Amino acid sequence: MSKTKQTLDSITVRFAGDSGDGMQLAGDRLTDVSAVMGNDFVTFPDYPAEIRAPVGSLGGVSSFQIRFSQSLIFTPGDEADVLVAMNPAALKVNVKNIRKGGLVIVNTSAFTETNLKRASATADFLQDPIFREFTILSVPLGELTRSALKELDLKNVDAERCKNFFALGVVCWLYGRKLETTLEWIEEKFSKSAELVQANTAVLKAGYTYADVSELLPTQYFVPKAKLEPGMYRKIVGNDAISIGLITGAHLAGKTLFYGSYPITPATEILQFLAAHKSYGVKTYQAEDEIAAIGAALGASFAGNLGVTGTSGPGMCLKSEVLNLAVVVELPLVIVDVQRGGPSTGIPTKMEQGDLLQSVFGRNSNSPLVVLALKTPGDGFTMAVEAVRLAIKYMTPVILLSDGFLANSSEPWKLPEIEKLPDLRPKHPEAVPGKTFFPYSRDPQTLARPWAIPGTPGLEHRVGGLSKADQTGYVSYDPENQQKMVNFRAEKIRRIATDIPPVEVRGPGSGKTLVLGWGSSYGAIFQVINDLNKDGHSLSQAHLNYLNPFPANLGEILNKFEQILVPELNMGQLLVLLRYEFPNKKFIGIHQMNGQPFKVHVLGQKIREYL
Amino acid sequence: MSPEALKLPHTKDDFVSNQQVRWCPGCGDYSILAMVQRTLAKLNIPKENYAFISGIGCSSRFPYYMNTYGFHTVHGRALAIASGFSIARPDLSTWVITGDGDALSIGGNHLLHSLRRNMDFKVLLVNNQIYGLTKGQCSPTSQFGKVTKSTPFGSIDHPIAGLSLALASGASFVARTLDTDPKHLGDTLERAAAHRGTAFVEIYQNCVIFNDKDFAPVTGRENREDRMIYLEDNKPLVFGKKRDRAIQMNGLVPEITEYKEGANDRNLLVHRVDTPTSHYAYMLSQLNYPEMPVPFGVFRDVKQTPYGELVEKQIQEAIKSQGAGDLKSLIYGGPIWRVD
Repeated sequence: MSKTKQTLDSITVRFAGDSGDGMQLAGDRLTDVSAVMGNDFVTFPDYPAEIRAPVGSLGGVSSFQIRFSQSLIFTPGDEADVLVAMNPAALKVNVKNIRKGGLVIVNTSAFTETNLKRASATADFLQDPIFREFTILSVPLGELTRSALKELDLKNVDAERCKNFFALGVVCWLYGRKLETTLEWIEEKFSKSAELVQANTAVLKAGYTYADVSELLPTQYFVPKAKLEPGMYRKIVGNDAISIGLITGAHLAGKTLFYGSYPITPATEILQFLAAHKSYGVKTYQAEDEIAAIGAALGASFAGNLGVTGTSGPGMCLKSEVLNLAVVVELPLVIVDVQRGGPSTGIPTKMEQGDLLQSVFGRNSNSPLVVLALKTPGDGFTMAVEAVRLAIKYMTPVILLSDGFLANSSEPWKLPEIEKLPDLRPKHPEAVPGKTFFPYSRDPQTLARPWAIPGTPGLEHRVGGLSKADQTGYVSYDPENQQKMVNFRAEKIRRIATDIPPVEVRGPGSGKTLVLGWGSSYGAIFQVINDLNKDGHSLSQAHLNYLNPFPANLGEILNKFEQILVPELNMGQLLVLLRYEFPNKKFIGIHQMNGQPFKVHVLGQKIREYL
Repeated sequence: MSPEALKLPHTKDDFVSNQQVRWCPGCGDYSILAMVQRTLAKLNIPKENYAFISGIGCSSRFPYYMNTYGFHTVHGRALAIASGFSIARPDLSTWVITGDGDALSIGGNHLLHSLRRNMDFKVLLVNNQIYGLTKGQCSPTSQFGKVTKSTPFGSIDHPIAGLSLALASGASFVARTLDTDPKHLGDTLERAAAHRGTAFVEIYQNCVIFNDKDFAPVTGRENREDRMIYLEDNKPLVFGKKRDRAIQMNGLVPEITEYKEGANDRNLLVHRVDTPTSHYAYMLSQLNYPEMPVPFGVFRDVKQTPYGELVEKQIQEAIKSQGAGDLKSLIYGGPIWRVD
């Protein structure tokens, strides 16, 4: 049969199955080939907190969504154009994630009586009217995989494991994805077993051919190259970008990176990444608890290393006392908070932007520090280097906010030119004969105190959590001194406003509506504004990577708009900060607290209400 | 604060800071401070290479009075902060000053983990069996039944045996000394200073205001010879005014027996600090007044690689096998592609 070819701007594919079905792997391979073919892409793994829920159960469904496109995108797509469902549970859980008219590739081999029961589905599940809205492609992946492998003398278990490659092969044909990249990957991955190379290669090709000849798939779709900025790229997830940024920042500062952490979802990968990079001189320390993790990091900073700790919301609560100590002793410290849904243990593998106010205010007394956020996975690199820069230059703790979506989501990252990275080396004081050293003297410009490193002769001094006297750092309970030190610390942070990049506006520089966001909502806002402006609206977007202090020009920009919409995955935390800082402006909050990123069409609808 | 580096050898006064010491008159901490300063003067280490790190409590003001680098941290976290410090700078001599509340109550978790990791620092646990800085509440080492402001009807908490806890955590150096015997205090500090890894020293300290003479039944002038055992390497555990009693084992239970100088009784326990396991030291740590005399001295001192050294070793091995990492390989590593 002759097949038609059609070009599309973007495609969203969702793989869903049991944790053992290799869905993340299939998704990763599709991502790599899409990258090599020049598409822009965003991926989003969606997995349960349970490590291995019972096979075939609804709670054990693990999914991976990838959107690849010709235009620039920053979200993984609201709904899938094609769903690969490896069992009844995967289908049941993901029905709501498929576009009407979309394609569902169903692994009918797994539609056994037992699996249907495990998914609380009836025997005629596939005949359910809800599936009439989709094209169902029934593929007995088990049988087809085994038949593709009949020449090989493979154990049943190993053969069974290859079936994700059959599904991948089908998808690759459907969207004109070349097989070479995946074949090369198979050769490298299984280089120790010629048999497994042969098997996976055979199955991938069989899937591709199956789709090619299938009468149920009359059309092959193509997504042309995206117009990405010229340069070198790699695929990156947020946690890796932050890790690379931290190593880079420490390197640029000429400092040993000390990372103290306690395993916590979804921040753990940063500890694991850094622990695997010891050859870069990184010292990692898996502490006994969250408090010890930040304590050790602060101790390392006092000793002259660059102390960094990473965590998520529940860990942030535990770290607040030592964080406050860091504010008073004025040492550099970076705290990465990969936010997850809360409160309390909450929904550990899901996300929200719930820790902003905690970061800005969540300590006893007046405790100013710097709060930054990344907006895309690759931005984690830039903002981690920024966190290091500000922590050292201003001798202050810096909180860097990421979230569970950015942590695991991937995108093409344009690699920085190494020669153009900034020099972050601090000037450590040395003793000057005849001159007294003052550990709490201040740089007239930045108000930072000197960072005297233990081991330096003549600069012996004491720091601590008791109030410090100006200049000497002695313990002081003097009322005037207390007021002075509180003011110094506040003013030091305020001054950073002019040492960070100004806020930029995308779209018209003035008008009725500005949409102002922070963190990972960037992608959804970006897409919504593109869509709405295509419909004839005239919206502008601004995004805050610097939450405390705000960039100096923020007020000026806000004044050019009548209303400012503030979408956030919380109940209005940036909103609180904005209303406090700019009491006369009209801010409208748009909130969502369901543990998921904004869907473009949902956010679009909400924004439309105010136009 | 003198800006010039002082020449070695240091004197005790080199370690005295310009801050007025603000402990209560008669506080045992004065004697501990003086003996630490004397001990450091003997060690031939430049004073800029010392760091004193403390938590919260009366004794935790210690760093302010030492003319070295110092960090007065928050309650219970001195060990956590010192852990990072000593990993970052294994070349420096790190000393932690903590108390019974700081180390055994709010900071108990850090003590257990510092010891099992064998962090390279000294831990001076100043134990006065009371919360002094908050004016007299029971502490985790207060005796059962102790009447304090927070336990007006007597404490119903059983006290923690700090040394037993330390040994159970795998401590490589454990000792006990006291504020009222400067010679023994100084000798014990010297041995702690020479140890590589965590040197855990419990120091009995008298709080004159809120718990005066709490240790007197054991360490008081009239009682001490009968109720204290000074541990001496390779010697039997002899005590008593006439040195006529010693400790021996009766099956699994230690008991008091008569002793004669020079007698060669093979049932007597002979003190060793370096047994491969800590059974013996643990048994010693459980000897307590009034049933038994209380041992003072070094309980355990075994060689074990300090944590900071293992960290450095892994880094050096990684560099050796993978080459020293640079930014190019870090950022441009993995599959990359060009967009024109």
